[in-house]
Amino acid sequence: MSLGTGLETLVDQTISVITNDGRNIVGVLKGFDQATNIILDESHERVYSTKADPISIVGELDEELDAHLDLSSLRAHPLKPVIH
Amino acid sequence: MLFFSYFKDLVGKEVTVELKNDLAIRGTLHSVDQYLNIKLENTRVVDQDKYPHMLSVRNCFIRGSVVRYVQLPPEGVDVDLLHDATRREARGG
Repeated sequence: MSLGTGLETLVDQTISVITNDGRNIVGVLKGFDQATNIILDESHERVYSTKADPISIVGELDEELDAHLDLSSLRAHPLKPVIH
Repeated sequence: MLFFSYFKDLVGKEVTVELKNDLAIRGTLHSVDQYLNIKLENTRVVDQDKYPHMLSVRNCFIRGSVVRYVQLPPEGVDVDLLHDATRREARGG
């Protein structure tokens, strides 16, 4: 991954976003601004747990690793919302 | 500015970032900006069994406002330098 502090290196990549209310959204990054508002294309939410729940984390998805995940059997604890 | 400079010195070191949603992510500090947003590389979630959400994520951007703690490598803290910088900051220069 190249230098740069912002999200410019992730534009047009598939990313995984964890929001402040604990949701996990996967999509292709199309745009962002200084306040970390983001625009996603082809976005969908990954629901790991039905008991659940602005941007906490933006991660670059390694598609090869991701293809090996068995999402039908994977279960997860709900992520807590961010409390400032 | 002190913390911004301080974190810039830590670039390349291994840190654990604990978030306000209790997620803890360990990785190599890639960069930090004026908002103390943090970019990590070679990331892994500390409790992967409980939080598998980021199993296929290796690089990530963490918004500065959601960071609770950054756990530092002991050798990354130069106490004398930090003392001096803190005093300078307190004097306003």
